Amino acid sequence: MTQLLLFNITNGLIIGAFYVLMAIGLSLILNLSNVINFAHGGFLVVGGYIAYTLEPYLGFWGALIVSPFLTAIIGLAVEKTLISRVYGRDPLYSLLLTFGLAFILEDGTRVIWGANGKPFTIPAALAQPLSNQFFFITSYRLFMVAVVAVTIVLLFLLLRYTRAGVRIRAGTLDLETVSALGVNVRALRSLNFAVGIFLAGLSGVLAAGQLGLEPTMGAGLLMPSFIAIIVGGVGSLTGTLVGGLLIGVASGVTAVFFPAASEAIMYVLMAVVLLVRPRGLFGEEGMLT
Amino acid sequence: MTKRLKLGAVDSRALIKAGGVAGLAQIAAPFVWSARAADTIKVGIIDPFTGVYAAVAQNELIGVKYAVEQINAKGGVLGRPIELLVEDSANDVGTGVQKARKLIERDGIQFLIGDVNSGIALAIAQVSNEKKVLHIVSGGHTDGITGKDCHWNVYRVCNTTKMEANSVAELLFNKYGKKWHFITPDYAFGHTLQEAAQADLKKFGGTVTGNELTPLGTTDFSAYLIKARAANPDVLLVLPQGLDMVNCLKQVAQFGIDKQIHVAGLQQELESLEAMPPEARVGIWMFEWYWKQPGVPGVEKFVADIRQRSGGKVPTARTWFGYTSMMSYALVANQAKTLDGVTLAKALGNFELPPEVKLQPNKCYYRAGDHQLMTSAFVGEALTKPAGDPEDLFKVDTVIPGDKTSPPESETGCTLQWPA
Amino acid sequence: MKQLLKLEPRRKVAALAAIWAALMAAPFWMPLLGGYTALGTRVLVLGLAAMSVNFLLGFTGVLSFGHAAWFGIGAYGCGMILKYIALSTPLGILAGTLAGGIAGAVLGALIVRRRGVYFAMVTIAFGQVFYYIAFQWSSVTGGDDGLRPFYRQPLHLGVATLDILNNAVAFYYFVLVCFALAVAAMAFILRSPFGRTMLAIRENERRARFLGIPVELHIWIAFTLSCFFMAYAGSLYALVNNFADPRGLHYSQSGDFVMMAVMGGMRSFWGPLLGAVVFVVFQDYVSSITINWQIFIGFLFVLVVLFFPRGILGAIRRTVVAS
Repeated sequence: MTQLLLFNITNGLIIGAFYVLMAIGLSLILNLSNVINFAHGGFLVVGGYIAYTLEPYLGFWGALIVSPFLTAIIGLAVEKTLISRVYGRDPLYSLLLTFGLAFILEDGTRVIWGANGKPFTIPAALAQPLSNQFFFITSYRLFMVAVVAVTIVLLFLLLRYTRAGVRIRAGTLDLETVSALGVNVRALRSLNFAVGIFLAGLSGVLAAGQLGLEPTMGAGLLMPSFIAIIVGGVGSLTGTLVGGLLIGVASGVTAVFFPAASEAIMYVLMAVVLLVRPRGLFGEEGMLT
Repeated sequence: MTKRLKLGAVDSRALIKAGGVAGLAQIAAPFVWSARAADTIKVGIIDPFTGVYAAVAQNELIGVKYAVEQINAKGGVLGRPIELLVEDSANDVGTGVQKARKLIERDGIQFLIGDVNSGIALAIAQVSNEKKVLHIVSGGHTDGITGKDCHWNVYRVCNTTKMEANSVAELLFNKYGKKWHFITPDYAFGHTLQEAAQADLKKFGGTVTGNELTPLGTTDFSAYLIKARAANPDVLLVLPQGLDMVNCLKQVAQFGIDKQIHVAGLQQELESLEAMPPEARVGIWMFEWYWKQPGVPGVEKFVADIRQRSGGKVPTARTWFGYTSMMSYALVANQAKTLDGVTLAKALGNFELPPEVKLQPNKCYYRAGDHQLMTSAFVGEALTKPAGDPEDLFKVDTVIPGDKTSPPESETGCTLQWPA
Repeated sequence: MKQLLKLEPRRKVAALAAIWAALMAAPFWMPLLGGYTALGTRVLVLGLAAMSVNFLLGFTGVLSFGHAAWFGIGAYGCGMILKYIALSTPLGILAGTLAGGIAGAVLGALIVRRRGVYFAMVTIAFGQVFYYIAFQWSSVTGGDDGLRPFYRQPLHLGVATLDILNNAVAFYYFVLVCFALAVAAMAFILRSPFGRTMLAIRENERRARFLGIPVELHIWIAFTLSCFFMAYAGSLYALVNNFADPRGLHYSQSGDFVMMAVMGGMRSFWGPLLGAVVFVVFQDYVSSITINWQIFIGFLFVLVVLFFPRGILGAIRRTVVAS
């Protein structure tokens, strides 16, 4: 039993790492632009499908690198033409807008690539368990965790040490002041959005290696990211990181004892956090409340 | 755009022209249908063309459309062409029910096909029953449809879960071993499927090492697979369908579980196999219909005709469901020479499908007691490497007739209540 | 609302009379335009739901994106009474309304301090809790297959029995009466001092606070009332379908309701009903033409947000005022 538990905690951390990658993108956009991006799952699917289309030409590795950039470009175009128009308006409008975008992206993928799932293959070297006993730790899953870790370290470094990064962080805290200091807020938001969608695209490629690639696949992955943000505290990327890992472990462990609640447990966790600490684990008081 | 048009023995160019005009007219005036021909027989199909079942639903539609084309080319039903009305249930019960009412109340359809989703199928069966419209459930598998929730006006083409379990269980037991572990989707379909398989296993004298109930829409199966492997069974039965199954088998293959435990399942579909990478296509399964049946009359023509209409894709079991549902109606109506729902529903009982419709070696007929089609199970193995044609992903071992896999009518729990 | 009040009373009465006349005559004029009675019934129920969302959104300024949960609980509550306990339509409606309303009241107390995007997120997430309960507790709720079989029961009115099960027109009028009751209650609340306070909070929360209004309490009451109306609409929805299913609780359903409210005009009382008419009819129409109707719905969302943020009534009113 202890072994089973230990296995599932490790396993939960792996799943959680994936939620983190998606949630951080969502969180970036929410923090700076006050936009809940319902279309994040849609962009994830687009990233997966682009990788599937590129794979025959560029191979898995090429697709893994190129697809997120292409997804980010699409995201940037969408931001420039549509989303940027609702900045500063009641959050209601950005919600409805991205909600509609999610429809368009899902149905659009269906029109372009068909309703049936596509077989996305990963290199044979990655599709192996590392050892017989720890069979659930495949090289692909470890690789996924590594990608997430590297991406997040890079992201935190960028936010800390580059000019744009510092501005994004400052803008999260006080956008008015940043704007008054002469920073081009519009461009900053576009850049920030593109980075967020880049992460969605990257999540999409990684997910396609393990899950069935289908137009509806994004919807099921969106909610855990939401919860990761709320649990961690809106406004804090560290919080999102911790939140994602936490719900991964919680859901992994629950699946052993009470599988019917393996989704619901995330929400229970969220309710408890909100009751005990309404701003989330790492949320700043007064932020977006 | 032209879906609402009648597909008939009309000159195709005229049809396209008419289609353009009618299409424009429809867009220009959404609610004016005055231009409709009055002499057609309207038939409706409700299926989840969007959402998780979109792929299978769209294949079903291809089959229905092909059947309508065939019927109309041979003079239609009682000399009148069929007009097909297509509605999307969007995988939502409320929408499905509303569409059923729309088709029946407003459009006045004579015959209804659908839905792939068992829940919606049950809900719209309530409507068709209330309105006394003949209804064939093409793709919803829950036992209740031809069991405790059966209706006099509702027939079903696809298998029940009991039939699916019964068809595979014996082969699995003899070939793979007697300790079984289940991965079961946690909803009615999964429960009945699992119970049926477990009952068979007990009968043969095997044991169940565990049953993992996985919520519908599960993306990560690792927690369940960890438990399943720890139980050390001979066979791991993967019962989820669609995207869940693809997710599960992909992970089974990556974890290398198929190299230690026999992986198998009950219902498998070409749509799912095509969505999987080669290494995930393993195990013994049953298909409800398969496109490669050398020597069986009519199959080759059917496959060739469907390929022409689907961009080269072969028909799947779903295509055949749609085709058979539609053909059944035309055949029985032409035979009984009436459109009256009650008469036709009576006539379909014990109705045997001719070779060009059944497209399988065994006898294929609708049972009068529960309205279930006695259709064959195609039991065999999934192929990692396609055998020749890239869509040939399944090797059929045996084709078991429906009345061998189905429990007798007395055990289905169905009592038909005919209108007075 | 303010502009609506400025209209001369006579025009207002005329508009009201026109709305009710159109609703009452619907079974007669709809078929002429290609509609059908069941569509009318559905529009009424979804319109009532959209008005309930708007009771909170348009008149208190609080955005809940998880209101489908209360709608769905209402549907399940009503269905469960009819299935397990008693064959009585009014009892079903009562139970459904209470179940959803009370659940909403409890949750509202938890989250009433949140605002804006955060409030929306928390309501989505909590709404999903109920979705998963309905989806996964299959022994009670029927899970993915939905809750059935149950049927709305004929109404015994003492002198006569109204067969709302088999007579679509009778059922339409039954729903219309239920709709009228709820709408009257809503209008009454909005005209009361409490309703004025809600508007004051919407216009300027800080000022309301300075005036000594217990803002949280008021928002909680408004939220709770809105949940009750929502659950009431939900129990009617169960009667429309003779079925309750988990997708009625999903956040995408909430999104549709908010969309109806915004599209019709969330600052006006009747806007959401108009929005529901347009939304339901548009969806019904487009989805019969193409299986890729979702794209069109998506673009409708985009169009409304970018070009008609005040909704149809808002746009009309603006042109009227300008001319």
